[in-house]
Amino acid sequence: MPQLLRLATAGGVDDGKSTLIGRLLHDSKTIFEDQLAAVERTSRERGDDYPDLALLTDGLCAEREQGITIDVAHRYFATPKRKFIIADTPGHVQYTRNMVTGASNADLALVLVDARKGVLEQSRRHAFLASLLGIPHLVLCVNKMDLVGWSAERFSEIREEFSQFAMKLNVADLTFVPVSALHGDNIVHRSASMPWYEGTSLLHHLEEVHISSDRNLIDARFPVQYVIRSQQHDFRGYAGTVAGGVFKPGDEIVVLPSGFTSSVRAIWGPGGEPIDEAFAPQAVTVQLADELDVSRGDLICRPNNRPHLGTDVDAMICWFAEHAALRPGARYTIRHTTRTTKARVSALDYRLDVRTLHRDETTETLSLNDIGRIRLRTQQPLLFDPYRRNRGTGSFILIDETTNDTVAAGMITGPVLPAAQVVWQSTAVGRHERATRGLTVWLTGLSASGKSAVAVELERRLVAAGRPAYLLDGDNVRHGLNADLGFSAPDRTENVRRLGEVARLFADAGVVAVVSLISPYRADRELVRATHQAAGLPFVEVFVDTPVEVCEARDPKGMYARARAGEITGFTGIDDPYEAPDTPDLVLRPADGDPAAMAAKVLALLEG
Amino acid sequence: MTTTYELSHLRALEAEAVHIFREVAATFERPALLFSGGKDSVVMLHVAGKAFWPAALPFPVLHVDTGHNFDEVIEFRDRAVRRHGVRLVIGSVQDDIDAGRVVEEAGPRASRNRLQTATLLRSIQRHRFDAVFGGARRDEEKARAKERVFSFGDEFGQWDPRNQRPELWNLYNGRHRAGEHIRVFPLSNWTELDIWQYIVDEEIELPAIYYAHRRNVFQRDGMLLAHTRHVTLLEGEIPYQATVRFRTVGDATCTGCVESSAATPEAVVAEVAVTRVTERGATRADDRISEAGMEDRKKDGYF
Repeated sequence: MPQLLRLATAGGVDDGKSTLIGRLLHDSKTIFEDQLAAVERTSRERGDDYPDLALLTDGLCAEREQGITIDVAHRYFATPKRKFIIADTPGHVQYTRNMVTGASNADLALVLVDARKGVLEQSRRHAFLASLLGIPHLVLCVNKMDLVGWSAERFSEIREEFSQFAMKLNVADLTFVPVSALHGDNIVHRSASMPWYEGTSLLHHLEEVHISSDRNLIDARFPVQYVIRSQQHDFRGYAGTVAGGVFKPGDEIVVLPSGFTSSVRAIWGPGGEPIDEAFAPQAVTVQLADELDVSRGDLICRPNNRPHLGTDVDAMICWFAEHAALRPGARYTIRHTTRTTKARVSALDYRLDVRTLHRDETTETLSLNDIGRIRLRTQQPLLFDPYRRNRGTGSFILIDETTNDTVAAGMITGPVLPAAQVVWQSTAVGRHERATRGLTVWLTGLSASGKSAVAVELERRLVAAGRPAYLLDGDNVRHGLNADLGFSAPDRTENVRRLGEVARLFADAGVVAVVSLISPYRADRELVRATHQAAGLPFVEVFVDTPVEVCEARDPKGMYARARAGEITGFTGIDDPYEAPDTPDLVLRPADGDPAAMAAKVLALLEG
Repeated sequence: MTTTYELSHLRALEAEAVHIFREVAATFERPALLFSGGKDSVVMLHVAGKAFWPAALPFPVLHVDTGHNFDEVIEFRDRAVRRHGVRLVIGSVQDDIDAGRVVEEAGPRASRNRLQTATLLRSIQRHRFDAVFGGARRDEEKARAKERVFSFGDEFGQWDPRNQRPELWNLYNGRHRAGEHIRVFPLSNWTELDIWQYIVDEEIELPAIYYAHRRNVFQRDGMLLAHTRHVTLLEGEIPYQATVRFRTVGDATCTGCVESSAATPEAVVAEVAVTRVTERGATRADDRISEAGMEDRKKDGYF
């Protein structure tokens, strides 16, 4: 059963990288006669006295004219042990974008140095990018050994120098091979010219390097990609590619961000093959034991091993756009696992000089091929792990919304911590020691749906019954705590987050927090629910489901009229969406009666 | 039961293709799968069927019909479409010729290969397809080695090799404007040998012309072409009987065959494993036009 090994090669115009790949293909008998004939013909025409194997890989016309490789080219060869996919990328600094692209999925990176020149800035940059992208295995090929008289001393000098540098990087496995790509020494067979070299040939290393344990088999992660439904077969399953860990039928699972729990009923491979254990990168379909509302962008994992959930992440990114620079404050579409949402760059921490690894904290932009650390605020929360721990749940791309171009590749370093020095201060009073138990009642619905009237009545009745209760009204809070926020989507998200945090504090203190807030976006409310769940506090979502026509007819503040007249934009229900809860704890409709009757229904739920 | 949590290379390639099919189904409104009856498109349809099991394929199959077909292939196409229960959409080169939208090449070496591009683009436009799956593989040709899995065509269907979107991890960017479409190549990382090994493993049926059979053939430009009703013999070209098989399926006027006794998928795998000439080099006259033949055509919108 041959395994697949994906390798990325990087090297400059003069390192002989194309020759090395040509040699691998040629000596492993992957090159076909017609390809070789074309190479020999072109070489003869150019006056070379040997077939220039570099011509095999330099595909596009523009490249042949300029004599350089300008894009990622994929090459394939196989031995009885493994099948290899080579992502071959150019080495120049202006092609950092290409190398990052080619290396994103690689198991192994091959970096070339010219034995005469030693470790140049370029080789260091390639090694750094390989480490940034989390490629577990790095092979440094010291090429053109024939031109330094097959010198063991020269090889060992280069090895020492590079090892010194690599200590600063995160490279799990580093191997050195002295080669001559032109003559084939140590490529497929051990070289007779370098008897002092005790290692294996490059190809032998590629065949034997251990890659199975590189994957994360601990943290079970299944981003839902597509829902497969078949009425004919009475089938509903969640299709996707396992991003980490191992899933088995019978496993207890939780669906995030909703937090619903269930268990795995069955796992199916492509075409309906039953699967006992699913692991990355298998593409499978999962059936759950319970009927839940699960959709693309959700993530299935184990209840006791969850990814981070949040809207603020720190990340390293590589900037790809030629015509636009990254600036703090800019907005993009973000693609992360199977989730697509909007993101704003909330901070640019530094630009990393890939030559010196120096951090330039004074930078205000990132341009093409720059690497830097940024902070992102997303509209919907992401379910992520640090890239170091899981490439599948730690990677993302940013897309420019006007050009649709992919403008950045990102690797999440972790959640944004408010401030690294702040530690959690535990208190002496436990929740059970307080006089009363708190909770949050969250009323969501359109403007003028009647939320506030119900909330006011609910607060009055609770206090009358002797329960500490406090009304947090969306409008009122905007006079103080949230006075700095407007009505843009990110501001609304922040508005909800803050009110959610305040409600949680009240609830923790033993108070019934009654929140009345439009809170139009489902994900924002789910985040508040998750915060409460994490703190072990009840969260009751009440959907005040008054049709928009009714709200508009009431319009006590004249807001609908102004929105219709175009005086205000982004008004929920008119030109900004209201995302109704999928599974609210309670729905109140006009038919339920006046605010007092509605409040009674809420109370009944709380007491029931 | 698996204990080492390792996938064979074929299962890894299949998983990658399945992921791509599902991604497109989830994010595009009107995908279609390009189907010629050739082995790559047959494998592609097979993997697509597996990706959505037990549901039916959520998109139709599109055949660009040059009118110069091998009869066995058309018959096979209709059977495959019935078996998968999918809708077949046909774009006819003959219709475009009749309507005067394209002009047929003249002479005995005339081929309709180039005309296919116009018919393909017209079909995409007419049915408003926003994503079209193609069976192209990167190992086929140098220019293809650099094409992305999600390949972006502008409103004229053109591919600009200098302006491709970076493609990272398994995060595909399929965003496009109205009127634009994306070409998607789920089998990008498969080689000819992978395709054949998969055909053996999965017991996939192919058109009979892929296996050794007796046929009237003749020599032209160092290739062996089938003597069908679609070709006109040149002076000195004498048809004769031979045992041959085809390595690709295309326009019957320019798709060559090879002498072979491989009558089963297993025998073909053994043959492919030791073959020393690429399948396009051996059998596609259209690729020999020039060194840059494929790149030029791809820029025009050819698959």
